[in-house]
Amino acid sequence: MDYAPLASIFCAAFAVAFGAIGPALAEGRAVAAAMDAIARQPDAANTISRTLFVGLAMIETTAIYCLVIALLLLFANPLLA
Amino acid sequence: MNSPLDSTVLFQIGPVQITQAIVTTWAIMAILVIGAFALTRRLDLRPTRRQAALEMMVATLDTQITETTGAAPTPYRGFIGTLFLFILVANWSSLVPGIDPPTAQLETDAALAVLVFMSVIWFGIRAGGVGGWLKSFAAPNPVMIPLNILQSLTRVFSMFVRLFGNVMSGVFVIGIVASLAGLLVPIPLMALDLLTGLVQAYIFAVLAMVFITSAVEDGAPSPPNADIAASPTKKDS
Repeated sequence: MDYAPLASIFCAAFAVAFGAIGPALAEGRAVAAAMDAIARQPDAANTISRTLFVGLAMIETTAIYCLVIALLLLFANPLLA
Repeated sequence: MNSPLDSTVLFQIGPVQITQAIVTTWAIMAILVIGAFALTRRLDLRPTRRQAALEMMVATLDTQITETTGAAPTPYRGFIGTLFLFILVANWSSLVPGIDPPTAQLETDAALAVLVFMSVIWFGIRAGGVGGWLKSFAAPNPVMIPLNILQSLTRVFSMFVRLFGNVMSGVFVIGIVASLAGLLVPIPLMALDLLTGLVQAYIFAVLAMVFITSAVEDGAPSPPNADIAASPTKKDS
């Protein structure tokens, strides 16, 4: 039996699952900090939320990388070609 | 299910394969150009409602550019504004039935990121000359030269992978849910997709702006006035 397809599917699932944990925690912290900052200084809400969005995109990139790796494993796997 | 990394070839002109993404891209470009041309034909000092709406868009854009860079928006308005509007319309084109957004294809995003990469070089050279631009790689000290070169490549790479990943995953998830559940179930996901499309277009434009500003400020021989130099910038993003 050929284990390569099975292993790729498992690895794709694990990549997305574990790759989502870190960014989820990090985004939670970032949003909490931004909330705190807005509560202290409601005047600066615009600047804070703009910086927050850019930062969230940066954090999210790691999860997106995991997704891309998973898709590469599923659809463009060099071992299965 | 089709692989999101492949693209659908519609027809061929000679050796060139015309994919669906190219056709959609050209359609969006045509809509934007013709729309901008038609809407700005009759501008007046006393604005009509249409002109007021357009002016509001341009003013919002200018405010965002000024807040991000701390500089006058005029040199960047054309590039950043076009980038934002194109990506926004491209992301939202998934609302038209049967159309996949071109930004869900790797090629389109890579092309946009290459545009940003070249415009960073262009604005950097224009601000400080070729010498100043080259010298900006040696900041803060020459040990950083390999890292700075690497950074200028990887940040562009991460930019296009981010856009591709976000838009493509939205399309992909909607496809999966529609094939599993039924007609009306993907609608909340499509609404979420609208938000993601807007945020990603905004982030792409803001990041392009941040990269251009950092190139301009690093390359410039001396800052024109003190409070621009002192304003906090996100150089290491």
